[in-house]
Amino acid sequence: MDEVTGEVMGEVMVKAEQVWKSFGQLEVLKGIDLEVRNGEVVCVIGPSGSGKSTFLRCLNHLEKINAGRLWVNGQLMGYRQRGDKLHELREKEVAAQRRDIGMVFQRFNLFPHMTALENVVEAPIRVKRQAKASAMERGRELLTRVGLGDRCDSYPSQLSGGQQQRVAIARALAMEPKLMLFDEPTSALDPELVGEVLGVMRELALDGMTMVVVTHEMGFAREVADRVVFMDGGVVVEEGPPSQVIGDPKHERTRAFLSRVLRPED
Amino acid sequence: MTEKQGNRPGLIRAVPVRHPGRWVAAAVIVVLAAMLVNNIVTNTAYNWAEQWKYFLSPPVLNGVRNTIWLTLVAMVGGVLFGIVLALMRLSPNPLMRGASWLYLWVFRGTPLYTQLLIWGNIGALFPKLGLGIPFGPEFVTAQTNALYSAAMAAALGLVLNEAAYMAEIIRAGILSVDPGQNEASQALGMTRMQTMRRVVLPQAMRVIVPPTGNEAISMLKNTSLVAAVPYLELTFTAQTIYASTYQVIPMLVMVCIWYLILSSLMMVGQYYLERHYARGSQQSRMGLRARMSRIGGAP
Repeated sequence: MDEVTGEVMGEVMVKAEQVWKSFGQLEVLKGIDLEVRNGEVVCVIGPSGSGKSTFLRCLNHLEKINAGRLWVNGQLMGYRQRGDKLHELREKEVAAQRRDIGMVFQRFNLFPHMTALENVVEAPIRVKRQAKASAMERGRELLTRVGLGDRCDSYPSQLSGGQQQRVAIARALAMEPKLMLFDEPTSALDPELVGEVLGVMRELALDGMTMVVVTHEMGFAREVADRVVFMDGGVVVEEGPPSQVIGDPKHERTRAFLSRVLRPED
Repeated sequence: MTEKQGNRPGLIRAVPVRHPGRWVAAAVIVVLAAMLVNNIVTNTAYNWAEQWKYFLSPPVLNGVRNTIWLTLVAMVGGVLFGIVLALMRLSPNPLMRGASWLYLWVFRGTPLYTQLLIWGNIGALFPKLGLGIPFGPEFVTAQTNALYSAAMAAALGLVLNEAAYMAEIIRAGILSVDPGQNEASQALGMTRMQTMRRVVLPQAMRVIVPPTGNEAISMLKNTSLVAAVPYLELTFTAQTIYASTYQVIPMLVMVCIWYLILSSLMMVGQYYLERHYARGSQQSRMGLRARMSRIGGAP
C-alpha cells in the first residue's frame, strides 16, 4: 500500500507526529509525538480526560485526527498521501488497515448473540475468509491459551467479567495482529478478577507482542512495560522506563498524579 | 447450625387477608359468561349450520388463501423496504434522511383505506406506464390497466404503507444496539455492511420482533381493507356471500373464527422467532409459560 517512510519504519510499529484531535471546541490531543518499536510494551497512564483513550482510538482510526500524521506498521492510518495532498481512504481500505491491529475495550464489547467460540472465529471467517473448520480449531486453541478451553460454547452473559475480557483478547488475537491496543482493559472488572486478565496480558507481552496499554494498573505498568508514557491535558508530559516515570518522576504533574493513584503494594 | 435449628421458632400461621372484591368480580364474570354461552346456544340467528356449510367452501377457502398471501407479501415487502427506509433515516447523507422522512410523513399521515382506493384507481392518474429517460424519450410503454391487477394494487398498497411503520420499528431496533458493538466490529476489520448484517441487525431483532408480530397481526386484519381495491380476500368474500344469502351475522362470525385461527398460528410463529433471537440473553433461559404470557400482549 503506502510507501514506508525511510528505513527506520521497519523497526517502528507506531509513529505519531504532532497528532491533534478535537471534539467540536474541545481540544483533546494537542500535538502527540510517540514511537513504539516492534515487540515493545508501552503503558499509557494519566488522569481521566487526559486524552489517552482518544489517542489509542486514533491509532486504529476509530477517531479521525485533525492534524499531524500517524503511521502504524508503515502505513499512514486513514489517508493516502499524493504529493502534499491527503486523500481519505475508502471504507474497505480502512478496514484492511485495521486487520493488523487488535483492540480490547474497557467494556469488552463481545457480541452477546454469539458463543465465546463464535465471537473468536467471526472475523477470521468473515474478514480473512478462512475455512470454517480451521478457524474453529484455531479459535479453540486461543480460548485454551487464555484459560477458557472449557467455555467455548458459553454465551458472554454466562461468563464473568474477567472471562469475558479474556474472550475479547482471544477474539483480537484470532486476527493475528501485529499490534494490540488495550483501552483500560481491567477498569470495568471486580477487583478479584483483574489478576486473571493482567496474567493473560503479561504472557502476551512475554511472547513478544507489540502492545499499547492504557491502564490505571501501576503494578502492571511497572512490571511489564518497557516504557511508560504519562499524558495530561492532551500532551505527553513525560516518558521513559517504568523505574524512571513511576519510580522517580521528573515532572511535578507526574508526581501529583502518582501520589493520587499509587497504592502501597505498587 | 444445629443449635440454631434447635431454637427455630414455630412456623407462622397467620389469618390471610380477605379479598371480598375479588369474589364480587368473579361472580360478575361468571354471570356474564353464562349469559354469553346461553345466547350462543339458544339464539338461532347465529345459524351455526349455515356457518359450517360455508366454512370450508371453495370461495371462503379462496378468500383465506388470498388473505394469507396478502399478509405474507405485505409483511415481507414491508420489512425489506422498511429496512431500506430505516437505513436511509440513519444515513449521514441529509438528502437520504429527508427523503425517508418525507415518505413516512405521507404514508403514515394518510389513511390506509384511502391509499388503497388510490392504488385501485391508479390507472386514472397514470393511464400509461413507460420505460425511458426521465423527461426524455420513452422506449416501451403499456396501458396501466393491462399490466396491473387488483392483486398487485392490493399488495402494493399494503407494502408501501407497512414499510413506513416498519421503518420506525427497525430504526428503533438499530438504535437500541450498544455503539460499542459497532466499534468492536470495525476494530476487527469488518465493513459497515458486514457489521450491520452480522452484529447489529441480529441484536436489533430482539427489539424489532415483538412489535413486528403486532404489525403482522394488524396486517392480517388490515387486509380486509383491500375490499377498497376491490380484491377478494376473506372479509370481502363473506360480503359477497351474504349479499345473496342474507345470512349476515353467520358469515361475519365465521370470518372472525377464521381470523382467530390465523392469528393464533402467527402467535406461535412469533414465539419461536423471539426465542431464536433471544440467543445469549438472560431471557432465553426463561420458562415457556413466562414467554407465552408476554406474547399474549399487554397484561
